[in-house]
Amino acid sequence: MQGFAVPKMPHTPILSIRNLSAVFQNENGGLHALENISFDVKPREFVCVLGPSGSGKTTLLRILAGLIPPTSGAFTFGQGEEPSIGMVFQQATLMPWRTVTENIKLPLEVKKIDEDSARKKTNEMIELVGLQGFEDSLPRDLSGGMAQRVAIARALIHDPDLLLLDEPFASLDAMTRERMWTELSNLWQARQKTVIMVTHSINESLFLADRVLVLTQRPGKIKMDMEFDLPHPRKDEIRYTSQFGKLAKKLRGAIE
Amino acid sequence: MKRFTPIILSTLAFLLGWDLLTRYSGIPNFILPSPLSVWTRFLKAMNDGSLPHHTAITLTEIVLGLVVGVTFATVVGYMLAKSRSLEKVLSPYLVASQAIPVIAIAPLLVIWLGDGILSKVVICALIVFFPVLVNTIVGIRAVPTALYDLMNSLHASRAQILWKVEAPASLPVFLGGLRIGATLSVIGAIVGELVDAESGLGFLLQLGDFQYDTPMVFVAVFTLIALALMLYGIVRVLENKFLKWQN
Repeated sequence: MQGFAVPKMPHTPILSIRNLSAVFQNENGGLHALENISFDVKPREFVCVLGPSGSGKTTLLRILAGLIPPTSGAFTFGQGEEPSIGMVFQQATLMPWRTVTENIKLPLEVKKIDEDSARKKTNEMIELVGLQGFEDSLPRDLSGGMAQRVAIARALIHDPDLLLLDEPFASLDAMTRERMWTELSNLWQARQKTVIMVTHSINESLFLADRVLVLTQRPGKIKMDMEFDLPHPRKDEIRYTSQFGKLAKKLRGAIE
Repeated sequence: MKRFTPIILSTLAFLLGWDLLTRYSGIPNFILPSPLSVWTRFLKAMNDGSLPHHTAITLTEIVLGLVVGVTFATVVGYMLAKSRSLEKVLSPYLVASQAIPVIAIAPLLVIWLGDGILSKVVICALIVFFPVLVNTIVGIRAVPTALYDLMNSLHASRAQILWKVEAPASLPVFLGGLRIGATLSVIGAIVGELVDAESGLGFLLQLGDFQYDTPMVFVAVFTLIALALMLYGIVRVLENKFLKWQN
């Protein structure tokens, strides 16, 4: 597959994570969620963090989003500036009192972008995620897949430095989930964001990412760091190729 | 129009039953006046200006009491919802204050604050305070944590979290508290006026009582019911306007 030129990735990391550990206090003294996590992320890389439930994947994402502080260790972004973040959660986490348009526009309101350009950008995003005709719908009238598309549009609208996805498709049915993979893959092609996505699906991670980190059971440590070169844009058929199968087998072996 | 048919029919049936009772039971008019004599008394009180005057006084007390009570309850409720330690310190006092019937402390408040409008406003505010306080706490506590995560990941300010998340998310429960508070506020004003007052519907009610002007008592009671229904209706209108997203 020639022709779709993916720009060569520069090798200076945009995100450096060093010796990150997280301990939660509980009755037995403490629960080690993450232990000594270190890795670098290059600009525009799509990294999947794969692991069994209870491996601290979500904790890692929450630390990177600045929602909780790490117990020890640190991470730096770029030259040390605070990254702007777009986050998608397991549930769509829409505001039920806001319409689709108003939900997508939220980050621009928070960043006090003027109304005119906010509206323009919102319309672009609605088109990008294919929600034309649902601009004024309320979240209660959306299907799970549509709601998650609103959440993705909301995460992208302010052009964040870092896109953090926390099992965004876990609550969707299998058919919708696979369609969303293709859509997200295309979106990433169009927007070229640095993405860190947490998942427990091997297929999902291989279909979307260029690199997969496998975490161990609690406390989460990096067990495997695998980069691979499946051609973009990815179509459904890629999942039936032998290369995909081999990679899947390798990942399967790494997960306890 | 169809919507109102049941209420119109039941009102007519009530009036008819009442009228028949006064006609054939032999109960004297000064104990149970007929609907017609209450209506005549109502027209008279409207014409001599006494009813509008006293209604305006009571309504002023209610509205001021509501404003003061709701404002305090919302601010205190928000602080309590946000701080568990503050709640631990204050909640015994708040619960104890609710154990005292307002009727019991109303005479004290009238002694301290005088028989004018101020004591009634305070009694009204006190009675409104608790339901609005409780619902503010419940409403704020029920805001989904995921929405806080979302706002924090966007580096939103506290003010933005308050106005874009906490206020709209807690509004349904808050308005439920306001609905209870609005109807209770009428009771607060009347309790204060019954203790001691120179004007207001409670004063009118007591005057009618002393003078065996029972139709006047009925007029005052019906006016109070109308006020309570009106306040309830206003909250319902607010709910319909702001909670369209619910269902």
